[in-house]
Amino acid sequence: MSTLVLLTMTGLGLGALYFLIASGLSLIFGLMDVLNFAHGALLSIGAYGTWWAASGNLPGAGPGGWGFALAVLFGTAVGTLAAVVLELVVVRPLYTRPREQVLATVGVGLAVPALLSGVWGSDARTFPGPEALSGTFGLLGADVPVNRLVLIAAAVVVLVALRLFLGRTRHGLVVRAGVEDRAMVTALGIDVRTAFTLVFAIGGCAAALGGALGGLYFGSVDPRQGTSLLIFAFVVVVTGGMGSVTGAAVAAVVIGLVQQFANYYTAAGLGDLAVVVLLAALLLVRPRGLTGRLA
Amino acid sequence: MSTATTPAPAPPAFATAPARRGPRLLRWWPAAVLVLLAVAPYSALPLPGLLDGPVGSPGSLQLLATCLLFGALATGYDLLLGRTGLLSFGHALYFAAGSYATNMFLLEAGLPFAVVAVLGLCSGALLALVLGSVSLRVSGIGFSMVTLAFAQAGSILVSRNPGGLTGGEEGRAAPAELLPSWLVGIDHTANLYWIALAYLVLTLAVVHRAVRSPTGRVWEGIKENERRVEVLGLKPYGFKLTAFVLAGALAAVGGLVHLLLTGGSTPQTTTSDFTLSLLVMVVLGGSGTRWGPMVGGILYTWADHRLGDLAGSGAVADLPAVLRVPLSQPLFLLGVLFVAVVHLLPGGLARLPSRLRRTREEHR
Repeated sequence: MSTLVLLTMTGLGLGALYFLIASGLSLIFGLMDVLNFAHGALLSIGAYGTWWAASGNLPGAGPGGWGFALAVLFGTAVGTLAAVVLELVVVRPLYTRPREQVLATVGVGLAVPALLSGVWGSDARTFPGPEALSGTFGLLGADVPVNRLVLIAAAVVVLVALRLFLGRTRHGLVVRAGVEDRAMVTALGIDVRTAFTLVFAIGGCAAALGGALGGLYFGSVDPRQGTSLLIFAFVVVVTGGMGSVTGAAVAAVVIGLVQQFANYYTAAGLGDLAVVVLLAALLLVRPRGLTGRLA
Repeated sequence: MSTATTPAPAPPAFATAPARRGPRLLRWWPAAVLVLLAVAPYSALPLPGLLDGPVGSPGSLQLLATCLLFGALATGYDLLLGRTGLLSFGHALYFAAGSYATNMFLLEAGLPFAVVAVLGLCSGALLALVLGSVSLRVSGIGFSMVTLAFAQAGSILVSRNPGGLTGGEEGRAAPAELLPSWLVGIDHTANLYWIALAYLVLTLAVVHRAVRSPTGRVWEGIKENERRVEVLGLKPYGFKLTAFVLAGALAAVGGLVHLLLTGGSTPQTTTSDFTLSLLVMVVLGGSGTRWGPMVGGILYTWADHRLGDLAGSGAVADLPAVLRVPLSQPLFLLGVLFVAVVHLLPGGLARLPSRLRRTREEHR
């Protein structure tokens, strides 16, 4: 029983991490038809930003208590900023050429991890975290690490915030309409390009937060982390239906759980394999994903 | 099928440009380059800056052979990207299949080299046929994702080392005693170089022939407007699958050459990064042109190796950290260069001469 609980919580934590990456990826793809290969890099930027701040480089930030919260805030802000710069400088000038937009993000996705490993080395760095988050707590007889709970809570907050933003605000309305039919929104005289920058900022913010908290989950940061998570985020995006935030949330939970349980109960690595095979199978049966509908 | 609406149908800029202006003899420049490349192992010419030692030294030949190999690989990959308009993220899989299958048949079955080479090629082509027939059922970005998923599955499988067949993270060295003696050892680097050159010529010839064939015309049509091809009464699926299998088979041969050249199979060749680097090569050189992907592949591979050396040299080590750190990362420089090419030079390096000429004429 305790193993079951532990596996479930770990799977949910992993799913939460996937959701933080996939929600932005999904919105960007839904609105702009751009598969953002630099999204993993945004996650890495968030992770390194937090690590840098928490290691005592930022005044007021540190590995414990409010200092750590400040460090996470700093990392998330840097990631958001990077996403906005990415959209304005790299993606926007290629507005009329969607394939080139994807290629340009591929280039950024190669360059950023290389730059990170140039500055801080290619080896994994230990991630500092507050004492309170490094322990475990008892749940139905299992000792579950607290950081899983932090990730899950963050993902739930992001999900609720995104749903409120998309459902209750004017900008959210434009984004939803843009996902539905971009040409029509433009024809109605609304400048969709503001929405482009906005979804990049939201996506970058969520991914950077995922990177900051993912550091707690993995206990370390390394330059390749974001890129390796990106593939599974793609799986989540496709499974959840491109452009759908709720779909991404459901898919993230399913993928995280399947991966954890399969990795534990069958051979290690088989879970990862099962997930990518699931992606292929699903795309062939239902090319529009599980929900095939928007947030 | 070649419509006037798109400016794309790419006159092979490199090939026709000199021929139109200069004497007839200039049309034979590829043959001249080929002869030069073929006799390179006999040359003791030093190329300081470009190569470490003289051209004919084993180290230089190894680097040149790797460049030629990747030039050929990029050319084969462009059959999908630039000729048929299929963005596959799983090309590494067929390359790795050629390398690993050959190696496993050698190690486990101990068959003669000529037999395993054919078996390796067939394995790669068969894998491309099976996975291609599945992946091509979806189109657009879905196709890219399915190919990515299959390649990722292959990559995970290789790194898990099932039954000790793939050697896991370490890769697996080819058994030197089972290979023909003229392919093993540093003394025979020239032979490996010639094999890589032959592979490049083969790929260029196959791609050239295929693109000129009636099937190639349909590929061009699919690239420009798949719906119109369907309206004309042709089924794009079969044509796309043909391109996929042909490109996969060429990649498998490349894997075989890579196996000989590096003396083993490494899991790095299965990763999605490997496919992405092929993508960078093709776009850098010029997708959909005759010589562009080859030039891109050669340049990328050379830069990747030489920039690594540059990073270790004294000239860079003395620079302030702001300059030194980015310069010491070849992938950073290549990534930035790639973004710059996508932005500033649509059509890649292959379009550079015609662009320059146009600018010059405008200034007159």
